[in-house]
Amino acid sequence: MNDTASAPVPAMKLSMRGVCKSFGSTVVLDGIDLDVAEGDVITLIGASGSGKSTLLRCLNLLEPTDDGQVLLDGVDIAEPGLDPDPIRRRIGMVFQSFNLFPHMSVIDNVTIGPRKVLGTDKSQARRDGLEMLERLGLTERAEAYPDQLSGGQQQRVAIARSLAMNPEVLLLDEITSALDPELVGEVLDVVRNLKAAGMTMLFATHEMAFAREISDRVCFLHRGRILEEGPPSQIFESPREARTQAFLQRVIDAGRL
Amino acid sequence: MPDRPTRRERYERARRRRSVVVAAISTIVVVGALIVLIPLTPGWERVRQAFFDGDVFIDTFPGLLDAFWLDVRILLWSTPPILVVSLLVALARNTRSPALFPLRAFAVIYTDVLRGIPVILLVFLIGFGVPALGLSREWANPLIWGSVTLVLSYSAYTAEIIRAGIDAVHESQRAGARSLGMTSSQTMRTIVLPQAFRKIVPPLMNTFVSLQKDVALVSLIGPVEILRQAGIDKATYANFTPYVAASLIFLALTIPCTRLADWALARQRARTGATTIA
Repeated sequence: MNDTASAPVPAMKLSMRGVCKSFGSTVVLDGIDLDVAEGDVITLIGASGSGKSTLLRCLNLLEPTDDGQVLLDGVDIAEPGLDPDPIRRRIGMVFQSFNLFPHMSVIDNVTIGPRKVLGTDKSQARRDGLEMLERLGLTERAEAYPDQLSGGQQQRVAIARSLAMNPEVLLLDEITSALDPELVGEVLDVVRNLKAAGMTMLFATHEMAFAREISDRVCFLHRGRILEEGPPSQIFESPREARTQAFLQRVIDAGRL
Repeated sequence: MPDRPTRRERYERARRRRSVVVAAISTIVVVGALIVLIPLTPGWERVRQAFFDGDVFIDTFPGLLDAFWLDVRILLWSTPPILVVSLLVALARNTRSPALFPLRAFAVIYTDVLRGIPVILLVFLIGFGVPALGLSREWANPLIWGSVTLVLSYSAYTAEIIRAGIDAVHESQRAGARSLGMTSSQTMRTIVLPQAFRKIVPPLMNTFVSLQKDVALVSLIGPVEILRQAGIDKATYANFTPYVAASLIFLALTIPCTRLADWALARQRARTGATTIA
């Protein structure tokens, strides 16, 4: 990158500047700085409790931040008192436990966002929703209810539900952690396709091999800080920080890398 | 699939046969004992004459059924306002904005006070108290104030049931909806309340059955509904059979209601695919 004083600041899709978050006396995020350019795929790795999920929830304003800025297209969205609803519709989120609406069919889960939030009319939303389900190989399950689907199918529906809103950024919060091992692949395939389509994504995960394959950058979180950040080759092959090395060693010992 | 029954099927068939036999025998024994033993009690002949007089039953039944129609009407016009008021009170308790503190406080006081007073006392207090304010003739109708009492009392109970249902919807459902950009009121209407109402169908039906019976309390301030009619008949015939007849008429309404609720729940469970553990 050849920055000069006169060059425009590189347009970041999403940035965090010194973001802090505590729950009571527990500090969960302790000054996070992060830049995400359009089309970037950033994975967040780190032990449970290191702050990965909270970081994503703060980006989506599901958790109010205590301090620091979150910039979406250069606009601070973490400003206290700001209406979060218009911002959330631009940032999609997929959860570890899917959070599908159990009282609605698959197609209704996928179309409820566009219908209620974007005001898309019912038949148009249904056409778009069916197209989305087809992309994710779920056409046959459109009228089923979430409880009737496998975990992998449920998670793909949850991804379809987020994508139906046409988000500018997609946050994936350990989306394969609740799945049986043989169902992980079908969900990761979806993420691969999204990357190919140029989707900007932040991905908290324990799937190290996948993180290595798909990431533009990997962030290692430790006690609410990004301890180390870099391209996957560097993080996984020659981590600089002792704590990153220790974490990866534990992952290797557990047979997950 | 093999044509012959599996080991499990044979086992369950044998077990089913055995439970049917056991149930039949125990029912025959118990009912038989009651039929044999009760008439042996010293007071049975008097009780039979006082409570189970066929002629009195036939004479009074049509009049009681007529009077019951008033109970049904009170029930029908009280139920919708109960649902509306209780929903509003439950939602008021769920608000978070500081500007709405008075509303929240009102909802807490409403539920605490109205649940804390026996319905029978409320009927007297409101049924006699409000018309005493000097209302015009058509507004002094005890039917109105009896019904208002039922609405006040039952909406307080129902509000608590609805609130419990709202609380029982997991926070992750709200997170899912809000992450799509839905507002908090959209989330409440389309995601939380529909799930909350499914969860509270049994307690709501329970309360509805209870209301069906408490409608009779309105008679205490005047209207001749079934309980009062039964009292009149009792005095006329010097016989308690009208009370038994009235009880049967109540059962004819309440039992189908509870069965209906069970059926609706089972159907919904089957539809959304949730399995039950034996």
